[in-house]
Amino acid sequence: MRLRFWGTRGSIPVALTTADVRDRLAQALVAASGRTFATYEEAHAFASSELPFPITHTFGGHSPCVELDIGSDEYFVFDMGSGARPFGVHVLARQARRPAVVNVFMSHVHWDHIMGFPFFGPAYVPGTTIRIHGCHDVLEHAFRLQQSPPCFPVEFDQLAARIEFVRLEPDRPSTVSGVTVTPHLQLHSGDSYGYRVEHGGRSAIYSTDSEHKLENRAEAEGFARFFRDADVVIFDAMYALADAISVKADWGHSSNIVGVELCQMARAKHLVLFHHEPANDDATLEGLLKEARRFEELTRTDHALQVSAAYDGLEIDL
Amino acid sequence: MNAILRRYGPVAVLQVSGRLDQDSCDAFRAELSKQVEAAAREGSTVILDLGGLEYVSSAGLRCFMLASREAKAREARIFVAELQPMVAEIFEISHFNLVFQVFGTVAEALAAVSPEAAAAYARP
Repeated sequence: MRLRFWGTRGSIPVALTTADVRDRLAQALVAASGRTFATYEEAHAFASSELPFPITHTFGGHSPCVELDIGSDEYFVFDMGSGARPFGVHVLARQARRPAVVNVFMSHVHWDHIMGFPFFGPAYVPGTTIRIHGCHDVLEHAFRLQQSPPCFPVEFDQLAARIEFVRLEPDRPSTVSGVTVTPHLQLHSGDSYGYRVEHGGRSAIYSTDSEHKLENRAEAEGFARFFRDADVVIFDAMYALADAISVKADWGHSSNIVGVELCQMARAKHLVLFHHEPANDDATLEGLLKEARRFEELTRTDHALQVSAAYDGLEIDL
Repeated sequence: MNAILRRYGPVAVLQVSGRLDQDSCDAFRAELSKQVEAAAREGSTVILDLGGLEYVSSAGLRCFMLASREAKAREARIFVAELQPMVAEIFEISHFNLVFQVFGTVAEALAAVSPEAAAAYARP
């Protein structure tokens, strides 16, 4: 099973600016330190192997959209943020004109999690089936609302795909085309739901837009059970801890440090920091990742936890 | 977790030792709140001597944050001092070094508050 990250930014999409690109070019030239490259391939190899992540990558990018590829004919995806647009391009290319079946699992319907759907190419292809799963009463209403006049030129009912809305129950496992999916209620304005997915002896957690109240032991223990022994936990790490529990308390998000602690409690194997704060540049996000890794080292007992930060284009094999 | 209170002139020094986590944070928070209230009455400062603090979790850090907010609301101050390397690193990682003024030693923290308190601390 493979996770593919199409959108990893929280709240609103973020793009590199002209100034960012120039800054990276300048840093790369300084790092090259007088070396010359006879071919594009030589220069590319240098950039790929010798330059650090903040010069050669960007965390991106699009708002939340994460694909789970189990190697079947059907697609599984969490949230329809703006990353749904490139995900749709990927689906159309892979299908080569054959209609697709796409299983969507929605954490909640805040705008950054649904904004990609009107630009999701397969929705315009006759014969495509899109099943949108979730626990909210307002799921269908939200998808229709964002395509209602005057917000968007194509109304929901004009989409060519067959679109179904499927209600899931919190903490009750459901089998969806061979994948076991269990939603879990999270603390967020209007509620959000995390998902535990299990297939072929592997498990992944998608837990975004989720605030954790540190004084609530029962809540922490509940999430530790939900994350238990997971191969990957995709975790809302929008803020540094000091911000998450002071000026940004009750904003419905969490921190890198709490992610490490909950994954350690759960004995999860790999924590992936997700839903990056749009105000944070790549260097700041790299700093938050390094801090989370160091915190894991400092507090490690008999269980090592791998820590990564999601970026648009990241793929993780389980 | 254990907390021992000492006074040097108008300044309360709370010596904290052991582990500060979800199990111990309520008791610590109550004690710290009491000292912040007293410091506010006297227009003074609470110094947290963290030389004996072995570990602090996010729940423990939340106690510090709540005390900081309480102190600000009451126009009192909290300084921290003598952090062990691991706790100092956790303060930096969680960005709590931006919330609190951190001193290398209790003596330096006292000197920043009042010469009288620093002199009382220096006396054998």
